[in-house]
Amino acid sequence: MDLSIAMTGFVALYVFMLAAFAGWVIIGHVPAILHTPLMSGSNFVHGIVVVGGLFALLNASTVLEQAIGFFAVLLGAGNAAGGFAVTQRMLAMFQISGAQPRHAHAHARAHHRKPH
Amino acid sequence: MLSILPQLIIGAADLAAAFLFMYGLQRMSSPATAPSGIMVAGFGMVAAVLASFLYVFSVGTAAQSHLGVNISLAVVALAVGGGGAWWSGRKVAMTAMPQMVALYNGMGGGAAGAIAAVELFGARTHGATQLGVTLLGALIGAVSLSGSLIAWAKLQGVIKKPLRVKGQQALNAAVMAVTLVVGACVIVATLGRGSLLLAPPTWIMLFFAGALLFGVLMTLPIGGADMPVVISIYNSLTGLAVGLEGFVLQNPALMIAGMVVGAAGLLLTLLMAKAMNRSVANVVFTNFGDAPKQAQGAIKGTLRPVEASDAGIAMRYASKVIIVPGYGLAAAQAQQKLYEFVKLLQAAKVDVKFAVHPVAGRMPGQMDVLLAEAGVPYDLIFQLEDINDDFASADVALVIGANDVVNPAARTDKSSPIFGMPILNADKAKQVYVVKRGEGKGYAGIQNALFYGDNCNMVYGDAQAVLVKMIEAVRGLGLAAAA
Repeated sequence: MDLSIAMTGFVALYVFMLAAFAGWVIIGHVPAILHTPLMSGSNFVHGIVVVGGLFALLNASTVLEQAIGFFAVLLGAGNAAGGFAVTQRMLAMFQISGAQPRHAHAHARAHHRKPH
Repeated sequence: MLSILPQLIIGAADLAAAFLFMYGLQRMSSPATAPSGIMVAGFGMVAAVLASFLYVFSVGTAAQSHLGVNISLAVVALAVGGGGAWWSGRKVAMTAMPQMVALYNGMGGGAAGAIAAVELFGARTHGATQLGVTLLGALIGAVSLSGSLIAWAKLQGVIKKPLRVKGQQALNAAVMAVTLVVGACVIVATLGRGSLLLAPPTWIMLFFAGALLFGVLMTLPIGGADMPVVISIYNSLTGLAVGLEGFVLQNPALMIAGMVVGAAGLLLTLLMAKAMNRSVANVVFTNFGDAPKQAQGAIKGTLRPVEASDAGIAMRYASKVIIVPGYGLAAAQAQQKLYEFVKLLQAAKVDVKFAVHPVAGRMPGQMDVLLAEAGVPYDLIFQLEDINDDFASADVALVIGANDVVNPAARTDKSSPIFGMPILNADKAKQVYVVKRGEGKGYAGIQNALFYGDNCNMVYGDAQAVLVKMIEAVRGLGLAAAA
């Protein structure tokens, strides 16, 4: 069983093309009211770069590679964690009329949101 | 069979992450489902990060002896980078969100650049195409890193003024051209096709220096008010860099996530530029103040100041009120007071709506977040195209901390720098109240004809203080009625 992934030439371009198209269509449906969390949310998504950083660091064999790899994971993790934290915080603030005030306990809020 | 298990798990986790990212973003199409969307995407991220530790089973022989150190370094980097950013993201004020997003974005660009650096310095990449893609990702990532840091510094107020030198664009173009030539030298030197004075590592360092310098030079001249567009551009660029490095590492999850964000960022950038009535090139290569300053003819008419309490009472007896909030409201930290006032009006059966301009705030949608933070339900918040026709039937338009986005000159005055920008038709309401600190101009530096209209009254003062007076006045009415 061969699990190696070969993304060369046109296969890579097809992946890029389809992903770009999907991104364009998905984001096109996001209402303007959510544009700030959307920007931080998409910012979070490219935090996946931390996975590439981990790959580079774990395969490092010189001090220089270890240093740069460490830097890559540090920054990538910051991108992912920070992007998630702010997006989650912002989205939790959006409430519909009649919902409990946001100071209320979290699951009371979830309960109120259900009927809508 | 056992030997392919780690590979299988990594592959499955990355596939799941790619799907969950897109599904999560898709759930952002409504404020009701969006909170679950980010959670879903978060699970994908955690799965991918945990699975990537399984790379330890497939590292090359050279790295075997360093594995213990590398794993420790990875754990420390994740804890410090992730923990620090999490902590800052939890406590950052909503008004400071644009610079925070810029900072996180710069980190992503830096990470993509660093991955490319490991590939280049370790000479792991073979073939001209691979090298070219690595360098392109490195270039974009490095530009995004230094550019985002400058954007952060500007929004944070560390750098106060746009810095420009004569022939800025020629200089930028020259730096970019030199960087590209150095990039070509990196390829030639790495492939060993002839000696080029310097060893490959030196060329690589020069390449990164050039790219970082370009990011700084490109961002410095852009005014603070245009930073949101710039952040969006860098968000898109970081996505692109991540996608390209994903190709180099043969990791489809990075390719897909990066490219989805690249396209999303591009779309957002275009939407933003459209809302500001400018092209992206105009934002990047010129400045708002650069348009030849027209001698603004003095607008005929007088400004009519009115007491906050009178304005408050007038709204209490109106049947339909539309509020136009601007960044001045957030600067005065008055969103909570505003919503308190709105609740009083609602209790008196007044129909109250909020009209938000796409560029209200320091980044698109920031005003929506600031209102949501104050507890305003999102079903009361309307965007420009959905509410603009309602102004004609509104009794009162309350403009608070906004200026240019309600300036009718954008519709009529061809000489105005904001001509053609979509504006909120506050002037069409029967009565307009404008809450303003003084008689100053908006950020575009132009007079606002709305303020001189026959239907307009000015309420001077700090937004917070004005709203307190309005609330007291309306409460006073209630007490009088009850007595």
